[in-house]
Amino acid sequence: MIPLNINGADHQIDADPDMPLLWVLRDLVGLTGTKYGCGIAQCGACTVHLDGEPTRACQTPVGDVGTARITTIEGLTGAAAEAVRAAWIEVDVPQCGYCQSGQIMAAAALLAENRAPTDADIDAALAGNLCRCATYFRIRKAVHLAARTLEG
Amino acid sequence: MDTAFLAGPRPAAGLDVSRRGFLLGAAAAAGGGLLVGFRRAEAAESGATDAAPVNPLEAYVHVRPDGGVTVLSAHFDMGQGSYHGLATLVVEELGADWTKVDVVGATGNTRAYGNLAWGGTAQGTGGSSTMVSSWRRYRTAGAAARMMLVAAAARAWNVPAAEITVDRGVLRHGADRRAGFGDMAAAAAALPVPAEVPLKAPGDWTQIGNGDLKRFDRAGKTTGRQDFTIDVRLPGMLTAVPVHPPRFGAKVKSFDAAPAKAVKGVVDVVETPRGLAVVADHTWAAMRGREALFVQWDETGAETRGSDEILADYTRRAAGAPDAWARQDGDLDGALAGAAKVVEATYTFPYLAHAAMEPLNAVARRAEDGVIEVWGGLQNTDTYHQAAARTAGVDPSRVRMHMMKSGGGFGRRGSPDSDVIIEAVAAAKALAWRAPVKMQWTREDDMAGGRYRPAYVHHMKAGLDADGNLVAWYDHIVGQSILRDVGFPLPDGAIDQISVEGSSTLPYAVPNLSVGLTTTQVGVPVLWWRSVGSTHTGYATEAFFDEVAEAAGRDPVAFRLSLLAEHPRHAAVLRAVAEMADWGGPVPAGRHRGVALHESFRSVVAQVAEVSVEGGTVRVHRVWCAVDCGVAVNPDVVKAQMEGAIGFGLGAVMGEELTLTGGVVDQTNYDGYTPLRIDAMPQVEVRILPSANAPTGVGEPGVPPLGPAVANAVHRATGKRLRRLPFARELG
Repeated sequence: MIPLNINGADHQIDADPDMPLLWVLRDLVGLTGTKYGCGIAQCGACTVHLDGEPTRACQTPVGDVGTARITTIEGLTGAAAEAVRAAWIEVDVPQCGYCQSGQIMAAAALLAENRAPTDADIDAALAGNLCRCATYFRIRKAVHLAARTLEG
Repeated sequence: MDTAFLAGPRPAAGLDVSRRGFLLGAAAAAGGGLLVGFRRAEAAESGATDAAPVNPLEAYVHVRPDGGVTVLSAHFDMGQGSYHGLATLVVEELGADWTKVDVVGATGNTRAYGNLAWGGTAQGTGGSSTMVSSWRRYRTAGAAARMMLVAAAARAWNVPAAEITVDRGVLRHGADRRAGFGDMAAAAAALPVPAEVPLKAPGDWTQIGNGDLKRFDRAGKTTGRQDFTIDVRLPGMLTAVPVHPPRFGAKVKSFDAAPAKAVKGVVDVVETPRGLAVVADHTWAAMRGREALFVQWDETGAETRGSDEILADYTRRAAGAPDAWARQDGDLDGALAGAAKVVEATYTFPYLAHAAMEPLNAVARRAEDGVIEVWGGLQNTDTYHQAAARTAGVDPSRVRMHMMKSGGGFGRRGSPDSDVIIEAVAAAKALAWRAPVKMQWTREDDMAGGRYRPAYVHHMKAGLDADGNLVAWYDHIVGQSILRDVGFPLPDGAIDQISVEGSSTLPYAVPNLSVGLTTTQVGVPVLWWRSVGSTHTGYATEAFFDEVAEAAGRDPVAFRLSLLAEHPRHAAVLRAVAEMADWGGPVPAGRHRGVALHESFRSVVAQVAEVSVEGGTVRVHRVWCAVDCGVAVNPDVVKAQMEGAIGFGLGAVMGEELTLTGGVVDQTNYDGYTPLRIDAMPQVEVRILPSANAPTGVGEPGVPPLGPAVANAVHRATGKRLRRLPFARELG
């Protein structure tokens, strides 16, 4: 059994330590907000936070997580997260919505570190998150809006 | 069948729900409330009447006893916003409260949900036709429901119906009478369906055309709560991954399942029509089981050519005469022979993958009542229903289809061979239906699994007379027929209109114009890809037009306008984008601009791209976009679709290319196949031209002009013509 802390709750997981955290979350724990897109850390749809750091769950063997606190889109809270969600809704970012869990996880992590990101900062922080609907123009707008909200 | 949509003439916009073809009906819902819907009148030709009430499988609108409203969508939502669009039509006429509106996909009744843009004979979504098909019937359903609710209230309160107002789900008479929709739904369901259902005048609209309206379904897409097919979880469900041959057309010769079954969590290895499936307790176990599986393939009939060989063959054939003509105006040969100047170019287009973020998948099970249930991205709704029934070996009435939203699609969820649907049902059936099965393709399966935008070559010629007038235009297209490849019978020598659309419909007035087609036979499976034929015809015609304008010494906007007298919509859109971009005005240092114009799916879009080129790297800074899509039902969705189409189109021309070596696909994931990322996304400005015409396409028409607009700007920057896509090939 592998102990995990997911969204503040303790879990005991019966899995091979090589099993990617992505599939543990989705298929064993039932938290399906974290998405599968590529399996090779190229698309960012599976982004979760490990101790607040954006991490690709598809390339994270569950055995390597250790005591790190795992946060998924379902458990993402806090000022930055709320500002990002509100901005995403205000700007009407999502089209299909499939990649947006990962986009929001990445954007919230960016704003937690950088309260006034430039376009270049946003591009650098989110370049690993593919959106095939190409909602990028609105993602940039929404991150700026969230940053302004956080500045209050 | 989808043939009418795919091959037939496209009907004019604003399809009517006439009493001859469709019957309005209403009924009480089993669980309570009022149902209003339409059905295709089966006996319309015989003049028989059909007075039976609608059943739940025919409804468009359900006014629930709790006062909420469920819109039953005939159309699939892959992110383009069709659910929101249909809800807007209903809310506008019904006067519903947006906070109590829900939309669910409806399936299983062609008579009710057949796509009017396809003649109403099949339910499905595609060709940017959702609003074209729905514009009248969903508004009419909403208006009829409102009339019946008002009539019920008038009767209950003993007041004239005309004195009752409706606002956000509440009926009122004066200051003292008030009832929610739910309070009147049952009484309304017992009333006759109104004989005449007038619709609101455009001046009275508050929802349609409202630019401040946000998509009602966006909240779930920010919390992880929006479920897609990949998120379907059923008791006892197993997960399968497919085993496909490495070369298209190969078949399983033999396999040894033992090593796969030895992997912990693997339940079975079963045969499917296309190969095998490894079924396991969860996705990871299925993937590991597949790695351990040993399969020998019979490659007798398999396609073994590489894409370079295929395109070299196309280039040779493009230089020759076409097999068939799609359009011949005037005397091309005479006009070219007499031209003062002839411009000639060959454009080459690679295979492209849809590469939607959610890899293909479907879930199948046999329910306790024996009905076969399927969950999936049901773009070809009826085709998939029939295919599921055939594969399961049951009557279609014993199949229940659950329409899920999908994580993108771009055409790939509408494959007439029903590939992933059949695989899911076949796998569940092979397990004797003992468990629900989720068939989940991996990214590698999705990318290497076929059904691509076909590769094409266009050989183009144009003739200018001594005064610089465009007197001749020739476009010879070489490539696969999508219709033929997906199984629609086309007689030999017949033109697949999908191969030539956009080229054969060139809007410019050219007296001598010929568009030819040579259809090739290649074993690489192909399919519609966002904007279909216009993905290549839009590029070839608009990039080549820029070459011709240069040869004529004319401004690209002015030259186009001079040839658009017969196409006022095109001219208006082009003028609008020129004004937005201040075409001809000052351009920032180091920046260069290009323009393109194209009609697809009944909408006209023009774009101006502003680029810089440094060290062979193209950067697109800004794109101005003007669109005429008739009435913009949801202006913000129209803008979002244009922005997204610009990013989608830009990714394709910059770097997307699906290649094969010896018949094996080279790119298997997003490392080799590279859609646009945020750091390459330009600023976008969209203007929607005001229109009183019925809505036309929105999901696709933003794609075609982007590539040529950028290419024409790059030419201004570098003097180089980009005739082989993607640009990375030419500039890299």
